[in-house]
Amino acid sequence: MMSISLQVNGETHAIDVDPATPLLFVLRNYLGLTGAKLGCGLEQCGACAVLVDGQSTLSCSRAVSEFQGKVIATVESLAHGDQMSRVQQAFVGAGAAQCGYCIPGFVVAVTGMLESDPNPDAEAIQEALSSHLCRCGSHGRIKAAIDSLVGPRDAS
Amino acid sequence: MSNPSLINSPALDNWIKLDADGTVHVCSGKVDIGQRISTALGVLVGEELEIDPARIVVDPPDTSYPDEGMTSGSNSMMHSGNAVRAAAATARRHLLTRAAAKLGSGVDALVMDDGLISIRDTNQSVTYREVLDNATFGIAVDPDVTLKSPADYRWIGKDSKPRNLRDMVTGAMIYLHDMVLPEMRHARCVRPPNRLARLVSLSAEKVARLEAEGITLIRDGSFLAVVGDDEYLVIRAAERLARAATWDGATINAADLYGQLTSNPRESRPVVDGTPQDAPVPPLHEPPANAALTHAARYDKPYIMHGSIGPSVAAAKADGVGGLEIWTHSQGIQPLKTSISEALGITPDNLLIQHVPGAGCYGHNGADDAAFDAALIALALPGRPVLLKWTRDDEHAWEPYASAMSMELRASLDTDGAVIDWSHECYSDTHLGRPRPMLGGEGASRLLAALHLENPAPPFRPNPSMSSHAGLHRNIDPYYTFPAVRAIKNLVRDLPLRTSALRCLGGYANIFALESMMDELARHTDADPVAFRLRHLDDPRARNVIEAAADGIGWSKDRDDGVGRGIAFSRYCNCKTYTAIAIELTVNDVAEIEICKAVCAADAGEVVDTAGLSMQLEGGVLQAISWTLYEEVLFDQDGINSRDWETYPILTFAQAPPVDVIILDRPGAPHLGAGEASSEPVAAAIANALFDAAGIRARRLPMTPYNLRQAAMYGDG
Repeated sequence: MMSISLQVNGETHAIDVDPATPLLFVLRNYLGLTGAKLGCGLEQCGACAVLVDGQSTLSCSRAVSEFQGKVIATVESLAHGDQMSRVQQAFVGAGAAQCGYCIPGFVVAVTGMLESDPNPDAEAIQEALSSHLCRCGSHGRIKAAIDSLVGPRDAS
Repeated sequence: MSNPSLINSPALDNWIKLDADGTVHVCSGKVDIGQRISTALGVLVGEELEIDPARIVVDPPDTSYPDEGMTSGSNSMMHSGNAVRAAAATARRHLLTRAAAKLGSGVDALVMDDGLISIRDTNQSVTYREVLDNATFGIAVDPDVTLKSPADYRWIGKDSKPRNLRDMVTGAMIYLHDMVLPEMRHARCVRPPNRLARLVSLSAEKVARLEAEGITLIRDGSFLAVVGDDEYLVIRAAERLARAATWDGATINAADLYGQLTSNPRESRPVVDGTPQDAPVPPLHEPPANAALTHAARYDKPYIMHGSIGPSVAAAKADGVGGLEIWTHSQGIQPLKTSISEALGITPDNLLIQHVPGAGCYGHNGADDAAFDAALIALALPGRPVLLKWTRDDEHAWEPYASAMSMELRASLDTDGAVIDWSHECYSDTHLGRPRPMLGGEGASRLLAALHLENPAPPFRPNPSMSSHAGLHRNIDPYYTFPAVRAIKNLVRDLPLRTSALRCLGGYANIFALESMMDELARHTDADPVAFRLRHLDDPRARNVIEAAADGIGWSKDRDDGVGRGIAFSRYCNCKTYTAIAIELTVNDVAEIEICKAVCAADAGEVVDTAGLSMQLEGGVLQAISWTLYEEVLFDQDGINSRDWETYPILTFAQAPPVDVIILDRPGAPHLGAGEASSEPVAAAIANALFDAAGIRARRLPMTPYNLRQAAMYGDG
């Protein structure tokens, strides 16, 4: 065990934890932030994505100690009170979820993508979502949500 | 009236409750698994009771709710939907009748709106609660009650706001994976290398080291689990325990799966009008004398998996004096309750099972097995609740798969190009492996860990299901009007992997074969595949969905170079939703299929929640595209090799084509189950489009470059 200092959603936390613990487990079990999901633990499905210094980052495998000094934002931080972020509003508007388990990861990925590139082309969108899986078949609705944010993009 | 839900729970108060502030609660025994059944149920109740459906509360059920068995088979709207609708309409009539007496008015002069019943154009009113004198309804649901007329609908058939959607996108939605109970500990299981292997020994030294670190080991025969306070340390402990275990060298028979399917021992039943018969199997006779063309083909489908994005999970707490509480995302909490009570030898009264949402499961995945795992662990450590999660490896390697299947078809046409003779045999393991109460403790046999215990349950040996369209024979019976049909189901024994229900059950493979054969026959006689289907269909609603899908894809228009078009149709279980799928695709020079566009035309009867239905249909198409193009459970004699998303790839965002959904609404017509319908025709629609594009007839799934090259080399076109 050691004390890890972590800046999450605008607050700094000191957490006594095995430093090898993946970030995801610290967020979920020590900070009560369960929006990021455990899907595979292998960085293959994207359900665990969080923003690290503004970039969408998979949190299920990399040790929490690697994230000291970084600015971490989880899906819970995107809405302000009752006001959902525009990405979240777009997902709701497009009805982009069935079971919803993968959706926080997609919301984070789209948020991170738009932060670095407000005008992504089709290739950039595919790249941003390439590590995210959905089993219910909400792909089309997720695309529609993104289209409503950036306008339709023809696949290249 | 034959609604099983109402027969089991006839009292109105079982279905609808008014709480102290007048909020209406719907108590359905069906569980919401992302298919938005709770949204649709809210709409039905809101419509009859004139309350905005968004304000109707639909609680997740526990085993004290109406017993509606399994949430499966696309039955929820037909069972719970109609039951809840009848309950709400009965409530409406009862409220209006009593309000009339209370207000001294005729029922016709009353207006019902948002919890209030008023005499029209007056200020005299009573609340729903006051009408009931703050009590319950105390009457039975009238199954023949008059329902609100479609002309008066305010919410049915509109796009409803899906429940929980906001919480899903903000991360506030609590799945079972996220649940925290006071004093809760975490657990992981350690599994054998394959389903036949058993534990020989554990390294005492390694176990002692784990225990010294505060990890508790649970062992019962070959069932192994570790429990501790910190989830990550428990995961690490499970990995270390796996290295401390020695298993016997039992192997599974991985040789020649498709050979096993048609040569292993089997039990065969003829299927007539969708229903298996206790009768000898009629032999396959010579084709009729007036046959101008007879064509035979065999189709194969591998084992595929549910592949839930969230691994299976369960929580359990034993009170130490006989009581056991389980939290599960199972689709059938009542059958699970009976099965677990059988397996553990405890009375059902001492068992409470609560449903909590999980990730989408699409059938019988690991949810029930995880519930039993958690129960075993909790009973070994009474007092504190335990949250057991399966790992990704557990989920991929241990969920009950959809059985591999082979289908042998033969059809004959007369000189006019009409089908005059049809034979379809399917070969498969069971699709009905869900834990269910059965004589002889079979429910227990269907729980994974029960087979690993020191005193194991006897192996589950399924009997051929004799129910209409129930399992491997689902949709074997053509919906087309053919003068002579021979349909045979073969329940094959001794196959290598454990199987159960995945969306569509046998229907996905049977319709792949049936609708591929229809296309092959059309091509052999230069008939248009759409026209060929229409000439064999009497039901206008079936014809309408095919015509709508053909229109949607631009069937009569010229194709671009290299683009192939295909169509396929089914009516789910021959009595539920009608679906036609049309596909446009291309094939590149390394034999990869790219789907350009899919059109799904469906008739699900009266639509309650248009957005929800459309989403289900679209999701079903995309999931089946994934099954068809990419999915196959890989295994060898030592065990499963598809153990993560790299070794079992599924459809990615970049590969997902646009899906146009066309819904043919039938206001006033009965609701038809729609949760699985759109997946059935997808494989054949793709196979038929592939043939159109490249002249390759794909009869073995998945349509990977390897299988397409095999078909191109060895196929007969």
